[in-house]
Amino acid sequence: MGDYVVILITTIFVQNILLAQFLGNCPFLGTSKKMETAVGMAMAVVFVLVMAGVITWMVYYWILVPFELKYLKTIAFILVIASLVQFVEMFLKKSIPALYAGLGIFLPLITTNCAVFGACILNINKELNFQKALVTSFGYAVGFGLALILFAGVRERILLARVPKPLQDTSIALVTAGVLSLTFFAFKGIV
Amino acid sequence: MTALLVMLGVGGICGLILSFASKIFYVYEDPRIAEVESLLAGANCGGCGYAGCAAAADAVVMGKAQPSVCIVAGPETAENVGAVMGVEVGSAESALSKNSCLGGNRADDRYHYMGLQTCSALSTFSGGQRLCTVGCLGKGDCVRSCTFDAIKIGPDGYPVVDKDKCVGCGACENACPKSILTVRTISERLLDFNRKDGAHAPCSQTCPAEINIPKYIAQIREGDYEGAVNTIRERNPLLLSCGRVCPHPCEDYCRRGIEEEPVSINQLKRFVADYEMNSGKRLPIPCAPDTGKKVALVGGGPAGLSCAYFLRRLGHSVTIFDMMPKLGGMIRYGIPEYRLPKEVLQWEIDSILNLNIKYIPNVKMGSDFDLGSLISAGFDSVFLGIGAWKDYSLRVEGENLEGCYTGIDFLTKFAENQQRNMPVHKLKIGNKCAVIGGGNTAIDCVRTLVRLGAEEVSIVYRRTRNEMPANEVEIVAAEHEGVKFNFLAAPLKVIGDENGRVNHLEYKKMKLGEPDASGRRSPVPIEGSETLMEIDMLITAIGQGPDVSFVENGKRLKDLTLTRWNTIDANPEILQANIPYIFAAGDAYTGASLVVEAIGGGRRAARAIHQYLETGETAPVRRSLRKKHIPESIFKTVDGLKQSKRAEMPELPVAERIKCFDEADLVLKEKDATAESKRCLQCCRLCYNKDMA
Repeated sequence: MGDYVVILITTIFVQNILLAQFLGNCPFLGTSKKMETAVGMAMAVVFVLVMAGVITWMVYYWILVPFELKYLKTIAFILVIASLVQFVEMFLKKSIPALYAGLGIFLPLITTNCAVFGACILNINKELNFQKALVTSFGYAVGFGLALILFAGVRERILLARVPKPLQDTSIALVTAGVLSLTFFAFKGIV
Repeated sequence: MTALLVMLGVGGICGLILSFASKIFYVYEDPRIAEVESLLAGANCGGCGYAGCAAAADAVVMGKAQPSVCIVAGPETAENVGAVMGVEVGSAESALSKNSCLGGNRADDRYHYMGLQTCSALSTFSGGQRLCTVGCLGKGDCVRSCTFDAIKIGPDGYPVVDKDKCVGCGACENACPKSILTVRTISERLLDFNRKDGAHAPCSQTCPAEINIPKYIAQIREGDYEGAVNTIRERNPLLLSCGRVCPHPCEDYCRRGIEEEPVSINQLKRFVADYEMNSGKRLPIPCAPDTGKKVALVGGGPAGLSCAYFLRRLGHSVTIFDMMPKLGGMIRYGIPEYRLPKEVLQWEIDSILNLNIKYIPNVKMGSDFDLGSLISAGFDSVFLGIGAWKDYSLRVEGENLEGCYTGIDFLTKFAENQQRNMPVHKLKIGNKCAVIGGGNTAIDCVRTLVRLGAEEVSIVYRRTRNEMPANEVEIVAAEHEGVKFNFLAAPLKVIGDENGRVNHLEYKKMKLGEPDASGRRSPVPIEGSETLMEIDMLITAIGQGPDVSFVENGKRLKDLTLTRWNTIDANPEILQANIPYIFAAGDAYTGASLVVEAIGGGRRAARAIHQYLETGETAPVRRSLRKKHIPESIFKTVDGLKQSKRAEMPELPVAERIKCFDEADLVLKEKDATAESKRCLQCCRLCYNKDMA
C-alpha cells in the first residue's frame, strides 16, 4: 500500500509530467486560457491516460515481448492509443452522452497528446508490473490535470495585469510556466 | 517478417474492434453532418469560432452557422455546403458582430479613470466610468480580442465592425464586459425583444413592434434606404401598411417632442417603404433552413401575417387559413381604400407570401374546419389570430330597423364590393347619415360615407372630442371633409317609420363627470334633455370583439380559457393559451387595438412557437421591457435643441379627395425626408445628439 502512495506522490508532484518532465506542452499552453476548458481537458486526460497505460502495458507484455518485437513499441503504442481514443469516443457518445458532451473536443485532441504517449513509454522503461503501471498512469494524469488547472487560474489573472507588449499572450504564458515549473522543483527530495 | 505480421495483426485487431464498435455504439446523426464535414477544409483551425470542423458541420446542420462558415475554404465550398443543406449561399445572413451602444464620445462620465486601459479592468470599478450603466466603455477589449482585425474604435469612440472581415466567431462578445457586442445570426436577431438592461431609445421602447427607430432614421439620413427597409423588416413585415395607418405612439415619446414638435417617425417609415415598392424590385428576405415543423395560422390579418412571416424566416413551414377571399384581415376589410390602397396592401402581402407561405382562403374556423382537423393534418402548433370582427351592439330599441348597420359589417361589405369591381353604389346609403361611436372605425365609416356622396354625415359620441379614441389626424381629416360632430349625446332609441325604415335617432344630452377607470371623464346624463335627430341611415361603431363561437362546438377547444371580454386568455409574455400548442395574438388577444400591436404580438407569439417547436417548452423573455419605459431614459427637459419645423404631411386637397377613394395622405419627398431624418436626436438610454455642434 505504502508503495502506491509513494508512486502517487512521485508522479503527481515530484515527477509531474508537465512541469518536471515537460511532456504534453501543447495542450498545456493551448487549453489553459480558460478555467472551464482546462477542467474539461484535465478530466479527459485522466480518463484516457489510465486506459492507455493499462492497454499499452498489455500490448507490450502480451504481444510484443513474446514475439521479441520490443523495438516496435513506439509505433504499436501510437496505433493502440489512437484506436483507443476513437473507441472511447464512440463508447461515450452512445453510453454516457453527458460525459461525452462535457469532454467535447478534448477527447479526440488527446490522440496527439505526448503526455499520454510519454507516460506509457515511461511505464515500460521502468519495467513496472501491471498494478504499478495502472497507479503510475493515474498519478501522471492527475499531475497533468493539477498543473493545467493551476496554470489556467494564473493565466486568468494575468489577463488583468499590465504586461509589456512584446511579452503578451504566449510569451508571458511560457515565462509563467517556467516559474511554475521551478516551484515544482521544491518537491525534489520528498521521496 | 514476424514484425510485419504482428504489426498488421495489431492494426487489424484495432480496426476490427473499431468497426464493430461503430456498429454497436452507433448513434443516429443527421447524415448531412458528415457530408458537410467532408466538404470543409479539415484544418481544424477554429477560425470559424467552432471547436474544429466537425463542430462547425454540426452547427451548419443545426442551422446555427451559415454555409459560408469555413473561412479557410473558398466560396466554392460554401456553395457545395449550401447544396447539401438545400439553401442558397448568400440567401442567409451569416452571424455578425453587432454593436448596440452608439454612446461613445457623447456619453457622460461619472469619474476620471487613470488605471489600466482595458474594459475588463475598468468595469471592475462599479461597472465602468460611464453614467449609463449599459454603455460601451470604449477601451477596446473587443479590438484586441478580434483575430481577424474586423473591429476598430471608430471616430465617435465606439467600436465599429467591418462586416466583410467579421466571421462571427464570438471572440468580441466574450471579451466585452458590458455585453455591448453580440454575435447573432439573423434568426436570433429576429427573436430579440427589448430588455430592461438594453440600449433602447424612448421611441423604440414605446413601439409595440419594438422597431429600432433611431437606426433606420440614421440609415435614411445616410441615403441607405434599403438598409432602413431591412432594419424595419427585422421587426415589422407590414411597413407599407403601418407607414400609412399607424397612430405612431412612438412619436409621443420622442425626446425632441419634449421641447418642440416630435420627429415624424411614421412618415419616414412610409417614405422608405414606398421607396422599396416604387423601386420596382423586392429586397431579398433571407430564411433559415427548413426545420420540417408545421404551424397552422388561423386568420390572415396583421397578427397572422406577422407571425407567419417570422415563423417562416425561422425555417418553419406555415399555412394561413382565412375566412375572407383575400388576406389582410381588418387592414384589408376594415381600413378604407383612401387610407390604405388595396394595391399597396397586396404588394406587401405578396412579399410575405413569396417566402413560400401557403394560404387557404374562404375557410372559417368552426364551420369549415376545426382544431381537430388541423391536428390530424399534422400541424405541430396552432396560432389564433382571428381578430375582432364582431361589432358590439348598442342594446337600444330599434337598432335592427332597415337602414341600420354596424361599423365593421358596413366597411367589410363595402370593401368586398369595391374589390369585386362592383359599382360601389350598390351599397345603398342614406342622405342623412349618423355614425355612433368615437373610435377609428366610426371615423372610417363617416369618411367613407362622405366619399359615397352622403349629403349630411355626423358622428354621435357620448363624450367630447378630447375623449375620442380615434387618431387625432383622422379626426382632423374628417373635420376638414365636412363631417358634423354631435358630442355628449347618448343614443336612447332608434325610431322607424311605418315601413320599418329608420327615420329618427333619439338621444339624451350628457355632461362630463368624474374620470373613470380608463382615466377618461365619464359622461353623466342630463335629465329631460331627450332630443330627436332626423336620419335615414345609422351605423353603430361602438367597438368590436372577437367572434369566438367556434369554441362551443369544438371538442378540443372546449377547455380554451377566454377572458370576460371574449378574448383568448394567454400569458402576456409568451402569448401561449392554456392549451399548450395554441398561441394567440392580435385583436383576438388584446381586443380591438392597433395594427402595430398585432404585428408585435405576432412576432412575440412566433418566438414562443419557435421555442415550443424546438424544445417543447416556452420561456418568457429575460428582463423583458414589453412597452414599459426605462425610467432613466424618460427626460423632463432636453438641453441643446434648436427649434425646427416638422415635415408636413402632403395630402390631397379636400375638394378632390372627398369625391373619390384615392389615397388621401401622400408620401414625403426625398429632400423633406432627409431633412426630417436630420431632426432625429439618435437617442439611446441617456445619450443623444445635441443640435448645437
